[in-house]
Amino acid sequence: MLLEIAVKTAAVLAAFLVLPLVVGQTEHKLMAHMQGRLGPMHAGGFHGWAQLIADGVKFAQKEDLVPDAADKPVFKLAPAVALLPYLLVLLFIPLGPGDLVGSALDMGLFVVVALVGVGVLAVLMAGWSSANKYTLVGALRGAAQLMAYELPLVLAAASVAVAAGTLSLPAIVTAWNPWWLLWQAPAALVFFTAGLAEIRRPPFDAPVADSELVFGYLTEYAGLRFALLLLAEYVGIVVVAALTAVLFLGGWRGPGPDSLGWLWTLLKTGALAAVVIWLRVAWPRLRVDQIQALCWKGLVPIALAQLVLTTAVVLAL
Amino acid sequence: MDTSRLGDYAAFGVLLLAGFAFVAAAMAANALLRPSAPSRAKGSAYECGVDPVGGDWAQVHIRFYVYAFLFVLFAVEAVFLFPWAAVFRAFGATAAAEMGLFVGVLALGLAYAWRKGVLRWR
Repeated sequence: MLLEIAVKTAAVLAAFLVLPLVVGQTEHKLMAHMQGRLGPMHAGGFHGWAQLIADGVKFAQKEDLVPDAADKPVFKLAPAVALLPYLLVLLFIPLGPGDLVGSALDMGLFVVVALVGVGVLAVLMAGWSSANKYTLVGALRGAAQLMAYELPLVLAAASVAVAAGTLSLPAIVTAWNPWWLLWQAPAALVFFTAGLAEIRRPPFDAPVADSELVFGYLTEYAGLRFALLLLAEYVGIVVVAALTAVLFLGGWRGPGPDSLGWLWTLLKTGALAAVVIWLRVAWPRLRVDQIQALCWKGLVPIALAQLVLTTAVVLAL
Repeated sequence: MDTSRLGDYAAFGVLLLAGFAFVAAAMAANALLRPSAPSRAKGSAYECGVDPVGGDWAQVHIRFYVYAFLFVLFAVEAVFLFPWAAVFRAFGATAAAEMGLFVGVLALGLAYAWRKGVLRWR
């Protein structure tokens, strides 16, 4: 068992360090080409493939700046609080059938939703401890947004749990069938949108709105701590895309033998991550009041209706 | 498979420690590599490069508090959805009716807040 835990920890850490960089580099290139640019071309030689590694090396050598007025322990802890919940979520995402999952806990879905909810704490810690009015406004915007979107996220996840009759993520994938694509489509849309807001990606980036709030709750961060907070954003993309793929798109299920299932999970996750990048290029930032209105007047009623529909269909079958 | 649950929790704990170790190692490497030249200017609040105007207090609208309240009301109820979802099939129509009541109360609460204008961002 010890060996198994060591292997799983190493595998999750590897995914945690590699996948966000792949998403980040894809974002650099995809965004550039969508805007008629080339993006990074120098680092590493071939189409700038090593750009993010070069960035990392640079970040690691930068001075560690903490504002004089900051609440220093909280300020220094915030990047870890932002980063670690997403790392832990990766443990629960089943890559394929059988043992290709870090932890097949019965209440996996519940733990995952709880972990994603920790994000609000990191935002408030970072914004409040920086002792800067822009970070404070950004943090409060972020907290209001994250708390609001937590609700449709949880309701959409609950709808899947009802449909599958279990909270275990591998069992949900096993229970999935293509008919869910239609039946659970509203929940999938709500979940993905709410997930996007949870990781504060455009069009839900009002908390870091760079043209209004300097850089929101991240304003005072520099060097490696800033890099860790950025890493958290990209792990967040991986987590939201992977969770949507596992809960709504059938995870490892697809044509071909089960042994190639992990490829399907990765493909679906990658496609959803590309959509996240695409939305950043295609959509303008939503205003703060629009963000709240979309959640309370749009996503929450849809999610509640979906829950009723799911329950009724399960009961009827 | 009877030891798997312990294994699942152990993996969670080990990964949490590994995560902290990763952050600690990164910061330690940073401490070895980085320069340190503090100055008054670097320590002051950053506002696009100009001297900070006023203090670090910003007035915040009461609406944030209202939204937080709304969230707590809903979230506490939403948590109960998960255990219900796991056992729902065993109880059938009774459980579904109870959940109908539950979702009805949630929807009514949302409709009330909406009607009262709480959802308008003023």
